[in-house]
Amino acid sequence: MNPPASTPLIEARQLVKRFGDFTAVGGINIEVRPGESFGFLGPNGAGKSSTMRMIGCVSPPTSGDLNIFGLDATRHGKQIRGRMGVVPQLDQLDEQLTVQDNLIVYGRYFDIPRAECKRRAQELLEFVQLTDRADSKIEPLSGGMKRRVSIARSLINEPDLLLLDEPTTGLDPQARHVLWDRLYRLKQQGVTLVLTTHYMDEAEQLCDRLVVMDGGRIVAEGSPNELIREHSPREVLELRYPAGTNEEHAFEVEGIGHRQEALPDRILIYADDGEVALKEVHARGSIPESVLVRRSSLEDVFLKLTGRSLVD
Amino acid sequence: MSTPAAIRSWEAHFTQYRSVWKTNVMGSFVQPLLYLLGMGLGVGALVDDSGRSDALLDGLTYFQFLAPGLLATTAMMIAANEAMWPVLGGFKWWKKFHSEAATPLTPNEIAGGVALWQITKSCIAVVGVATVLALFPDTRSWGLLLAIVFGTLTGAAFAAPISAWSATRDGDYSFPTINRFVITPLFLFGGAFYPISQLPDWMEPIAIATPLWHGVELCRNAVYDRLEFWPTVGHLAYLVTLAVVGWVMAARSFNRRLTL
Repeated sequence: MNPPASTPLIEARQLVKRFGDFTAVGGINIEVRPGESFGFLGPNGAGKSSTMRMIGCVSPPTSGDLNIFGLDATRHGKQIRGRMGVVPQLDQLDEQLTVQDNLIVYGRYFDIPRAECKRRAQELLEFVQLTDRADSKIEPLSGGMKRRVSIARSLINEPDLLLLDEPTTGLDPQARHVLWDRLYRLKQQGVTLVLTTHYMDEAEQLCDRLVVMDGGRIVAEGSPNELIREHSPREVLELRYPAGTNEEHAFEVEGIGHRQEALPDRILIYADDGEVALKEVHARGSIPESVLVRRSSLEDVFLKLTGRSLVD
Repeated sequence: MSTPAAIRSWEAHFTQYRSVWKTNVMGSFVQPLLYLLGMGLGVGALVDDSGRSDALLDGLTYFQFLAPGLLATTAMMIAANEAMWPVLGGFKWWKKFHSEAATPLTPNEIAGGVALWQITKSCIAVVGVATVLALFPDTRSWGLLLAIVFGTLTGAAFAAPISAWSATRDGDYSFPTINRFVITPLFLFGGAFYPISQLPDWMEPIAIATPLWHGVELCRNAVYDRLEFWPTVGHLAYLVTLAVVGWVMAARSFNRRLTL
């Protein structure tokens, strides 16, 4: 039974995960409400996956409190896992088994009777649009199909909470859209989704609320729109100048808009109104090679908060 | 009605086996048959004609002497290999154990499923060999049924400690070495092909210390109804201890590796 809607489905207080001297998660607070779709954003090494593993009850927290379904994650892992579905970052399907057998075998881990597993497998394969591949082995399937099998498999126990670790990493745009559509439907059915991603468009598509993590800490929290509003002016003016001349042109446009950023290939001007900013650029006699006015995106927020240096 | 967790984990192994059983049966059935015919008949003719075999082989023909030993050696080889790549791969390559750990199954139950499967795999192999033995009047006896149990136990005594080792590994470099320097020497020197009294004096205690010899003795004595109480208890205790200690250690490694 779900706790009453006011009780959070996941509640973390001062959650810490250390591996030896390394602090992967440095004391975070999270609340996920039933039916919500919640995202962890962050560069590689931000602590997203460590957090997900703690929520998945396969990694005990070093300190702090973690309650899921109102149960203590350290003591009731088995029970909690029984009501949860997990889609791991890399597909962990049994390549030697058929699509359908993968689902049935997995359902048995939850002690669901075999006949019932079979019935649900059929339903789920229909849901992920793979009915015609039910008897195919996993190996010849495309990346997007395998991902959909993973999702179907994670739903075999009819979970209240679905954890997805980078659900669409490595998929082509078509496959991503199919997947998003399926996840959206699950959300509509009331399944609580918790996902990690480093795709901003994915976060905007799927998440009601998200936290941006960096270096094991939460650096921002809110709905995608809130975050954009809070951390970035409404529009972005992108100016391109001939290669290698960015610096001198940056000088020309200095002071326009709220904030500026000179990238190797272009200058970004964050402003409430991109057109107005552009007029001022022209008024100063600066002539870019090309110009683009666009709305601020979550990506701008993300890069502002977590920096542009490459994390490997 | 709920099924014990380790059995539900075992089902996954079994489902997978169903898709590859034909090649597997080749290994556990045809190979011993070839040994039996090749060695049993060929070498057997030499040995039996030497006139010394009665004393050395306790009144058995060489064919009779050799055949039950193959129950134990086959179990050993099948179980040992089942405890190497499949165990390491479950952690490292296919992440099978990790995906089980995301369900209500605990690491102990996952390890239990592996152990049950290794017992099953040994048993299938031993039954295959026993079927071959039942084809020949010289080796056909009710004792074969008991020998199936002993052979399976021999497999367990190998599978368990090797699983404990594999579950701590990060690569498969050591596995060919185990096959080359443990399994193959035991196969040759463990008392299946000749009585270990034929070995040089210094090698005999080594052979006795290895689990295979105990398994071979149990199987052979079971088939010819020559089991004596205390030696049998000793052999069984040795094999059971290896299996239990091995799997306890393996389960510990499963816990360590699946609880990040």
